Amino acid sequence: MALFFSYLLPGIPYGCAYALMAAGLVLTYRASGVFNLAFGAQAYVSALLFSIAVQHGWPVWAAFVMAVVLASPALGLAMERLLFRYTRTSGPLVKLVPALGLLIAIPSVTQMIIGTATRLPSPLVLQPWQVYFHIASTAVSGEELSTTVVTVVVVGALAVVMRSRAVGLRMRSVVESPRMAELAGVRADRTSAGAWALSSLFAGLAGVLLAPIYSQVSSSDFTALLVAAIAAAAIGGFESLPLTLAGGIGLGVAQELIAGYLPSGSILSSGLRPAFPFAVLAVALVARRTFRRGAARDPMASCDPPAPAFRPPARMTEVAVGSRVFSAVVASLLVAATLALVPGNWEFVFTFGIVLSIVFLSITLLTGMGGQISLCQATFAGAGALTAGQLAMHAVPIGLGILLGGVLAAALGAVVALPTLRLGGIAVGLLTLSFALLADNVLFLYPWSGNGASGLTVPRPQVGGVSFAGSSAFFWLALGFLVVLGVAVKLLQGGTTGRELAALRGSERAAAAVGIDVRRLRIVAFTLSAAIAGVGGALYGSLVQSISPNDFNYQFSLVYVVVVAAVGVYSVAGAVEAGVLYAVLMQLVSTMSGRFSSLLALIFGLAALTYVRHPEGVVAYGKSWVLDRAEQLTRHLQRGAGRPGGLATVGGRRRQHSGTGS
Amino acid sequence: MALLETAGLTKRFGRVVALSDVSLRIDHGEAVGVVGPNGAGKTTLFDCILGVQTPDAGSVVFAGRRVDRLPTFRRSLLGIGRTFQRLELFSGMTPREHLLVTARVRAGGGRLWKDGVGLGRPLPAERREAGELLDLVGLTEVADVPVEALSLGRCRLVELARALVGPPRLLMLDEPSSGLDEGERATLVSVIGRVRQERGVVGVVVEHDLELVTTVVDRLVVLDVGRVIADGPAAAVLADPVVRRAYLGAGR
Ligand SMILES: Nc1ncnc2c1ncn2[C@@H]1O[C@H](COP(=O)(O)OP(=O)(O)OP(=O)(O)O)[C@@H](O)[C@H]1O
Ligand SMILES: [Mg+2]
Repeated sequence: MALFFSYLLPGIPYGCAYALMAAGLVLTYRASGVFNLAFGAQAYVSALLFSIAVQHGWPVWAAFVMAVVLASPALGLAMERLLFRYTRTSGPLVKLVPALGLLIAIPSVTQMIIGTATRLPSPLVLQPWQVYFHIASTAVSGEELSTTVVTVVVVGALAVVMRSRAVGLRMRSVVESPRMAELAGVRADRTSAGAWALSSLFAGLAGVLLAPIYSQVSSSDFTALLVAAIAAAAIGGFESLPLTLAGGIGLGVAQELIAGYLPSGSILSSGLRPAFPFAVLAVALVARRTFRRGAARDPMASCDPPAPAFRPPARMTEVAVGSRVFSAVVASLLVAATLALVPGNWEFVFTFGIVLSIVFLSITLLTGMGGQISLCQATFAGAGALTAGQLAMHAVPIGLGILLGGVLAAALGAVVALPTLRLGGIAVGLLTLSFALLADNVLFLYPWSGNGASGLTVPRPQVGGVSFAGSSAFFWLALGFLVVLGVAVKLLQGGTTGRELAALRGSERAAAAVGIDVRRLRIVAFTLSAAIAGVGGALYGSLVQSISPNDFNYQFSLVYVVVVAAVGVYSVAGAVEAGVLYAVLMQLVSTMSGRFSSLLALIFGLAALTYVRHPEGVVAYGKSWVLDRAEQLTRHLQRGAGRPGGLATVGGRRRQHSGTGS
Repeated sequence: MALLETAGLTKRFGRVVALSDVSLRIDHGEAVGVVGPNGAGKTTLFDCILGVQTPDAGSVVFAGRRVDRLPTFRRSLLGIGRTFQRLELFSGMTPREHLLVTARVRAGGGRLWKDGVGLGRPLPAERREAGELLDLVGLTEVADVPVEALSLGRCRLVELARALVGPPRLLMLDEPSSGLDEGERATLVSVIGRVRQERGVVGVVVEHDLELVTTVVDRLVVLDVGRVIADGPAAAVLADPVVRRAYLGAGR
């Protein structure tokens, strides 16, 4: 029994931090429909600010007030005001991408501004290491005691407030319909801003309370905290605060118990402890009724009409042809420049960009065309790469290995798709995220898969007598793969599957009502997408020749989704632009030194900001802007040349959108 | 033999009984109106017939086949077309694309490998059907405009046209006239009449607009709190004092 308690008690402070953050997640989800993953970053910022302030000699209470009571809510308010106020009626992707962008951007940008901290003070009133009493001969320190008390009091108070008529009703009315709430005299913006400030305060509190547990303030710790918090929120169905509190504490305790009782040394036991929250998240998502599609409606779904889905406008024939010619010229110039002009280093960069474009293509297919959010595309890519590497070790030709990597990833995609079938929207994304984390922490660590930190080597292909070992040859190989897969996705888009996917994206319910086998279609989308990602990953492995599972961890999945969405998720061209742009930016940033290396993160933050205004993607928006001007100019020139102008003829000259014209 | 037959259909949402022991029989060639006060269970009845909701008890037989274990899409492919009271359009798509995707699904024959070799584009026959239906409901003018840009009335007509692709054997319309202007309402009445005559489609119409219902249907079913309280020729049902009390209010 004493042993049991000695495992159980240390879990409680962890659990409390999970619960605090989870309460914040639930609150913003209820108030604005946004599942704010950026809370992980907010917790980090608060912890960092607090630590640095204390190191600079601030009194603990002052540092606490500054970091938790002032800074964190201010950050939350800024996010609400600048971004999430405008996404209330948007689809799940538009709500998710800015939050992900901020999750990536905020920690680095903060570090760039205020530096990092190493020693972490404790914010607690009680002496942290002093033992106050014993439970079953396990010492209870001041830290554990006060964290627990603070959490239970704060979450309990929130639950009471939410139940009270004045606040709770107002908040619920804003959730149900901001517009109706406004008409009834509730200030929807203020209510939602209040919810954001309050939940940010929770995130900050969680961060500061947890900080002393970690030896260093590192942003990845806080992402792990975030995932556990998501799991706790899912246990509460994104709804019930008492259940969320219980879920959070239970999770923290269970984690410690597992660590204590499992035999140490094996990958399962070392992996299970970090992986446990993800497993719980997956089970909670699948088991709880709230997340079922249909039942799991966005809290905003019933009120204001959703923002229109993006579609490229029909263009005048002249402009459409012109833009095609222009893109073709730019692409050829880039290829020529890569091969002939630029130094060898850049050849690698462009090859990397092409390989990345292939992985991004998988997001275009699944998310852009089918509307399914996946946060494990890098895991699929990793599965492809690791398969190719393992097969190469067993003397399978790498050319074949790359293809088989795609096949294995496809199988994995189908397996991942199965449990997501009952879910809709953001829940699909979260379930795939938990799969990615499971792969990172367990699946990819075995010698037969990713071989842990030591990784694998992947050779360059040799097909028949042709060797692709040279960098130019490999460039052509990658380009060939990209062209084949890009054309395949385009054909799919114009064909039955593409139209069915578009219908699925538009309305799953109506898709089923007209006779589309929605389950099959979702499995097909996941399978094809995973196959593409797998081939891309295997090519990446062959490009860099030495890989480890860490090259494909969940953070890449998040980054990829943000990059593709911000550049343009609805077209094949968008995937290629995103891939090349990302590779080039990475290269430019890596040549800079010091604090500017956070530049990439800054770009992410900006991408998140622009994405809310241009969900079609910044590059897609830019292109469309240029083409609009080109159309105006063409029309102007035509009129100048004495041809009849005016709207009627322009309408008549418009090329019909592909798939609709005769 | 009846085209559609439900027996003892029951559906509860927590403590709310949306349908209780609903047994209905709809024959070939019939047009039936389902009316009842708000919350009577009309939409839930449609949902249970098509499998959008799973009933707690009861059976649904369509065209001589028990369908209550089949998923929605299979029931739909047997020949049921429906519209939704709360619009469920394919956002981002044009009316023509709505009909083209539906036409392909209904006809079958979409294969992944065909897409891969470029054979997945709309066929001439599908384009023709889409064009005809757009003409029928009067949407040709806006056929290539994304549905987000259309008025509520036109969106309802897009749903109507989409439900008519195939054509279905049973057409279920859920409040098709709400949000329609006078002209669109006239179109709706004539479309329902024409598809019945020309294509032999059997229609079930849920409506609050009694005038419209009585012009397009022969038979009325009245639901109240999930229960069928009257069923028969329209005129007789409307004269029934029980119905008048439940639905129309005593004063009418
Ligand atoms: N998904 C659901 N969850 C809970 N209750 C529901 C659900 N769908 C319907 N109900 C309830 O079932 C009852 C019947 O609803 P239904 O929508 O079928 O009525 P209706 O006759 O179509 O009404 P209206 O004329 O307003 O469209 C109502 O009390 C409604 O609140
Ligand atoms: Mg209804």
